[in-house]
Order: sequence, then C-alpha cells, then structure tokens
Amino acid sequence: MGAESVYARLEPLLPLVSKPIQYVGGEVNSVVKDWDATDVRWALMYPDAYEVGIPNQGVQILYEVLNGRDGVLAERTYSVWPDLEHLMREHAVPQFTLEGHRPVRAFDVLGVSFATELGYTNLLTALDLAGIPLSAADRGERDPVVLAGGHAAFNPEPIAEFIDGAVLGDGEQAVLAITELIKGWKRAGRPGGRDGLLTDLATRGGVYVPRFYDVDYLPDGRIRRVAPNRPGVPHTVAKHTVMDLDDWAYPRRPLVPVHESVHERFSVEIFRGCTRGCRFCQAGMITRPVRERSITTIGDMVEQGVAASGFGEVGLLSLSSADHSEINEIAKGLADRYEGANLGLSLPSTRVDAFNVTLANELSRGGRRSGLTFAPEGGTERMRKVINKMVTEDDLIRTVTTAYGSGWRQVKLYFMCGLPTETDEDVVAIADLARKVIKAGREATGRRDIRCTVSIGAFVPKPHTPFQWAAQADHETVDARLRSLGGALRAAPGYGRAVGYRYHDGKPSIVEGLLSRGDRRVSEVIRSAWADGARFDGWSEHFSFERWERCAREALAGEPVDLDWYTTRERDYSEVLPWDHLDAGLDRDWLWQDWQDSIDPSGAREVEDCRWTPCFDCGVCPAMGTEIQTGPTGVTLLPLPTVPARTGG
Amino acid sequence: MRFASHRDIARAVERGVRRAGLPIAYSAGFTPHPKISYAGAAPTGAASEAEYLEISLTRACAVSEVRGRLDAALPDGIDVIEVLQAPPSLGALPLEASLWEVVLPGVSPDDAARAAGEFLACEALEVERLTNKGTRRVDARAAVITMETDRCAATRGDAGNAILRMVVRHVIPAVRPDDILAALRRLAALAPSSPPLVTRLAQGALSAEAVGAATADVGLTLPEPWQPGPQPHGRGTPGGQQLEITRTGGAALAAATRRDVACDQLPRGAEGPLRPSAPGSLTGDSPDARQRATRHRVQR
Repeated sequence: MGAESVYARLEPLLPLVSKPIQYVGGEVNSVVKDWDATDVRWALMYPDAYEVGIPNQGVQILYEVLNGRDGVLAERTYSVWPDLEHLMREHAVPQFTLEGHRPVRAFDVLGVSFATELGYTNLLTALDLAGIPLSAADRGERDPVVLAGGHAAFNPEPIAEFIDGAVLGDGEQAVLAITELIKGWKRAGRPGGRDGLLTDLATRGGVYVPRFYDVDYLPDGRIRRVAPNRPGVPHTVAKHTVMDLDDWAYPRRPLVPVHESVHERFSVEIFRGCTRGCRFCQAGMITRPVRERSITTIGDMVEQGVAASGFGEVGLLSLSSADHSEINEIAKGLADRYEGANLGLSLPSTRVDAFNVTLANELSRGGRRSGLTFAPEGGTERMRKVINKMVTEDDLIRTVTTAYGSGWRQVKLYFMCGLPTETDEDVVAIADLARKVIKAGREATGRRDIRCTVSIGAFVPKPHTPFQWAAQADHETVDARLRSLGGALRAAPGYGRAVGYRYHDGKPSIVEGLLSRGDRRVSEVIRSAWADGARFDGWSEHFSFERWERCAREALAGEPVDLDWYTTRERDYSEVLPWDHLDAGLDRDWLWQDWQDSIDPSGAREVEDCRWTPCFDCGVCPAMGTEIQTGPTGVTLLPLPTVPARTGG
Repeated sequence: MRFASHRDIARAVERGVRRAGLPIAYSAGFTPHPKISYAGAAPTGAASEAEYLEISLTRACAVSEVRGRLDAALPDGIDVIEVLQAPPSLGALPLEASLWEVVLPGVSPDDAARAAGEFLACEALEVERLTNKGTRRVDARAAVITMETDRCAATRGDAGNAILRMVVRHVIPAVRPDDILAALRRLAALAPSSPPLVTRLAQGALSAEAVGAATADVGLTLPEPWQPGPQPHGRGTPGGQQLEITRTGGAALAAATRRDVACDQLPRGAEGPLRPSAPGSLTGDSPDARQRATRHRVQR
C-alpha cells in the first residue's frame, strides 16, 4: 500500500466544499515525519468535524506521545462533511490524514477516540472512504488494525463488529505498549498474520479484542454469558491507568489550527479522575482514582504551551477543577504571573460552590465578567440526593449571590431531565429555582439587567455507573416535561426576560441510550442506519430519529429485543450486562448498592467524597493497584524562575 | 492558505504575533484586542502575494527583527516579505487596484485570449453574486482596467492551462475575480476542467495614464518602491508593465503573502518524493513567493 499524498487529487475538490481550510492541515506544531524512516505508523482519528476534533485533548496527547518516539509516526484524520464525502467518492479520493495527506489505509493502526457514541456512524464513513472493510472479520493483511479508545470504549460492544480492538482508560502508556508489540511483530516477519498480531495485543497489550470473546444469549434476549474463545485471552479486560501525570505532561506543543474551532484555547489538565460520586456521571466513575498534576508542572505547562501556541486563553481542565488541593495557589499564581499580559484564564466551573466564584474572580482579575456556569443537575433537593449531587438550595442561592455580587452578569444553570424516580414536579421546580436565583441577584446588585439561563438535556444512563441498571425515560415523557418547564419559565411575571431557556429534546438521547448500553446486536442497527445515510449524529441538522427508529426495527426484526428493550427497560442485578467483562475497577456490588441507595423509597442515601472522608470501597484502588494522589505540595508559582515579557498598552 | 478566510488569517496572525513575542499594543476597554489592521483582504479561495497589514507595538523594534521573528512564528504559507516603520497609517497606502493572476485548467490560451477580447469589448457586464443578504448585482466589466493572457504560459510548462492576468480596481461593492470569471463564463463559455486558481500578485496605485488608457497594455502603476535601501534586482512583469509599490507608513507595516499551501505545505518535513509534481498540480512549481514579490519591484 503506497503512502503517497493524495493532495493533488484532493485540491481541485476543495474550492467546491464549505470551509476547505479544515482539510489542508499545516497547523502550527503539527509534525510530519519521514514515512520510510519509521517502523510503526498510527492514524489518529476523532470521528467528528475538524472544528470539534482539533481541540480534543486525547488525540493531541497521543499524537505528541507517539511522535516523540523515534521510529514512530502519528498523523491525524477527522470526519469529512458530506459535501466533501460525495466528491471524494466521485473522484476516488480515499480518507486521508492532514499531515501528509496520506491514505488512512496505508497506516498500521487507525486509532479512533470516541468521546461520544454518536460518532459511530462517522467511523463507518471513514472506514468506507479509506477502503477498509467495515467488518473487522473481512480485513486482511494490508488493512490497519482499527482500535477504539475514549470514554465510549468502556462499552465497545455496539461497534464490536467494526473494530479490531478497544483500549480502556488512559492511553499514554497503552499506545506505546501497543507500538512495541506491532514493531516486534513486523520485525519478526508478521508471525501468525493479522490474527497473530491481535492475539499479541489481547494477551500482552491490554487490548480488548471482541472477536476473541463469544457472546451467548438467553431465549428472552438477555445475555447468557460472555467468554473467551481461545486460550491465553483474559476473562476480563482491565482499564489502563497512568499514575504520575507529572511524568506525562502533555500536550506540550498544542496544535494551533488556522480554521476556527470550538475551543479556541490551550487546555491544561490539572487532574484526572473525580470521586464526587455523582451517580449519572460515567466520566467520574471510569477515571478513578483522582490523580493531581502538581502545581509546578501546571505552571510549566501553561508557560510553555502559551509560548508554543500563541493562544490568548488558557483553560484549567478537569472533571471538577475547583477540587484540586492547591487550586487557590494555582489560580492566584497564574493570575499574578500573567497580570497585564492579556492572557485569559478560565475554569470550567460546574460545581455549585461559592468558592468557585472566588476562583473565577481571581482568574478574571481586571477582565470582563460575563457569565458563570453551575450544574445543580436536579431541580429539587430530593432529586439532587438521588443523583448524589450534594447541593442544597441555600448553597445555590449563596453561590449565585456571590457571583452576581462580584460583577458577573449572567449565570448559566445546567440540569438533566429524565433522571431515575423523577416526576413532572421535579422538573417544573427548576422554574422556581430560576426565579429565586434572579431575585437573589437583583437584591445583591440592585440592578435588573442580570440574567440566568437554564440549560437542560435528557439523561442517558451509562455503563459502569450506578445508573447502568436504570430505565431511561422515553422521549415523550422527557419532551412533555421540557414543555411544562418552558411554560412555567415563561409564565413568571417580571422574570420572563431575565430567564433564558435552552433544551435538547429527548429523541437523540434515546439513540444515544441505544448506542451506550447496547450489545453486539446493535452493530447491525448502526450499519443499516449508516447505509441509510446517518452521518454526524451529534449534529441536530444531520440527525434523524425516524431513520434510527426504522433501522432499529428492521435490523432487530429477528431478535427478541428492540429499541425500547435497550433503552427504557430497567435491568436487574442478575442480568449479564454487555460490558461486565470490561473492568473499570469498580466493584459491581458497590455500584448495585449505590443504585439501591439512590432509589430507596425512604429517601436516597448520599455518598461522600473519599478525598476527605474514609474510603467507601468503590473497588478501584485495590483492583487496579492505584491510589488517590493529591496535594498539597506547598509549592507556589511565584517567585518565578523566569519572568515572561510583560506586554500591554 | 488559499482556503483560509480573512478571519482565519487574522487569528493566525494574532497568534503568530504572540508566539513571536512582539510587544503588541492592545486596545483599551473590557475586551482588549491586539491592534492589528488589514487592508482589503483577499477573498477566501484566492492566494495572495501582496497583503498589507499594520501592527501597533508598544515600543520601537528594529524592522529586521520584527520581520524575522514574525515570519518564523507564522504558519507555513504566510510569509512576511517586508516590514516598514513609518508614520502615516495603513489607510494612507494608495491601494487602488490589484493585479490578479488566474490559472484556468483545461482552457486553451487562444480561447482565453478570445474571451478576454470579448470581455474588454463590452461596455458593462452585470453578474449576480450570492451573499448572506441575498443576491447582489455588480458590474464586473467596469472594475477591470486590463485583462490579458500570458503568452509564455505554454513554454513554462503550463500547457493545457490558460493564464489570465488582470488589473482590477478596488470598488465598492467589491468586484472579485470570481465575479469576473462568472462574466467570462457567461460571455464566452469558458469552462475550466477544475476550479480556477486565483492569486493576487500585487496591489498598488493606478497611474493617471492607466485610468485614462483604453488599451490592455497599460495597467497598474505603483510609483516608487516602498522599501528604500538596497535595490532588488527588478524585472518587468511578464505582461510588460512595470510595477512599483509606494513607500508609505504606519507604526509597523508588514507586507505578507498568503501563498497556496500546496506549494510548501505538502512536503513540509518530508523531502522530495512528496512534492506534487504531477502534471495536474498547478501550484507545485510556483516560485518562492519572496522571489516572486521581488520580481514586481522596480529598479530605480
């Protein structure tokens, strides 16, 4: 398979498509290596549009980790929009990478990072454009090994048909281990062919290879058992965990696109994992334990990343950034260091906590204070107990009072609809809450021009969470509650214009639910929806619920299961879940107990955070041989070893 | 960079300035913006070898240092050719017209020459363009001062492609090369086999003779080279006119090119074999933008 550039054939098509610059590459800090001087070549894909994919941290980190090694080459590819897809088919231009515009099929590995299940159909488009057979079983010696990663890879069963393997958890060390195995296999003359390599990856590389596991079903459609079908393959596949984030301080040289992207900033991950224990949150459950990056490494990363990228804004990223044990020192240190340098600092502030406002104040020192975002998630205190989001109404009012009082003009509140045990009243209560927020804001500021935006979407139960057994609310229920809430928000005299309302309707969430908790039988649904034209399912203008509903009906016609069975059906303890053989470290009995605690008719029981209370035995640390890593270290960011050039007018 | 929009370029320059560590001045106010302004940006889809922008700095810097650092920091495909430090502003630059080069793939030079003749013989040629605000009608003919075909194209290895060069006056509403091509398509049924490649070669002032002249041989005249000092080895443009660029001012003025990326984006980092050399590649052989710009400067 040649790896010659296809750019000469692509270029004449570019004037005919929208935003062609996204297909040209040439980003600052992108790396082009000599193809022939490398042994192992990765094509890394984010299966969404370039503007969404380019800021993705996972891809950027692995890109740098892999390209940092001699003999290893990594290039990137993103989903092409349908306009270019049609032209590429017409002119026989294959899926290409952005660095060398090389055909994806020429690479050893195609690594795809799935942050959301709605990217599955885009994987099929890319495979098809690349000339790689859609079914893993049909692939030959010349095809790349297709690996899935990212959070959705914790249940890759719906795409088991299309991928050769899945990597669970942190990728930094895993990709290097995989690279070594591929290098050894190639040097040894490819013993055992493709099957030999996949066996190596499954037995020694910590890769889940679906074809090495057989799934049997009960007559009623539930799974009877999942078992390895060849010797040496582990019964369960465990996630990978990087234990010292200071050793893996990536990205160091962030990619800077010419095309506009959804996050125009340099993001520094300040810690990984979260033990707040919100029961709906898959990210918090599968990334445990908490591992902090030290204040000095964070300071260095900001300094170097800004110098290398020229970004005017830095985001301090994590699942709950205010929880870093030295966040105060980090915020103050960075604000001091970059005072007058016209560098924006931001914190994705999602916890309802007045402390978050203090931090945001520090970071926006002297700058504009436009909006702050908080996520109470549930409209009533009862609801918030069910999801283990320990926020009282007083907490919320105190927090927004502080925010408005410190000059923030707009507060955005995130909620979910369709949570377990939720009633219509729980959702409509959000309108009351919004009114109280505005009232508190008006009292705190003496002004009437403050705003509060309510943003709400449908809850989708996710694998490896206490809610993995829950029934997802059907879209009719969700949409009815969203309509009632809209009505209640508009009905408030004197508050109408101060309250904004944004919602995502329930239909896309049902498809997301199917793809999240589906098993291998869902592969056929995905294939038929894709063949029917499904693309970019995360984009409302491309999404068609009617198509997915019809394709699910047709593809599952011979099975005792259907769309509702996968989504709105509650599972019980004894049911074998499609992802039970994939190990995120969480003790299944602990998850079940937490689920039971949340729906206890006498009221939900809450779970504390193990960072400041005793361990509650979620199981991760003993199972994975890991431990919580938090500060404080006592180090400060000032005085500086080097003082950056001060600029400003 | 042919495919980058003006907003894309502006963002890239802003970040380039930060990476270069230049002491850029910021506007006052709640959301300070770096003080960078642009003169008449080339439309998306067109390459350019003559863009002008102005950067305000908080302290005086050597122009050679600004040029070197900015050029090194900008992405491949944006080159800083010249930096000037002088008083008046960008607005004082007499950028009244542009010289455009259009490569028409699959069109014979004779057909192109005939089309150009027909075009110039018209009094007015209205074309419609789709904008965000609906369709807009512009007179494509009125803005065109000269239009001619490159008679040497065939000998330069561009056989099978016609090359048009035209001087187009900057008018409001703007007449873009695309509008002119639309008129040519309608008038003379010019049908390139793939989308034309448009490049702005120069911007400058129109001389009085040029405005008054009726022949296609007289065009854009740019008085006085804008960069004093060692004279570049000047050469007439292929069309035969001489181009000059007016010397002018601004806190710090930079002339930059946004070259088609294809000519150096592809082989970046990987030598030789990847350079597009297939006959279909129109941009693989284009000379270095710096030499090209130098070519348009005149020996005094």
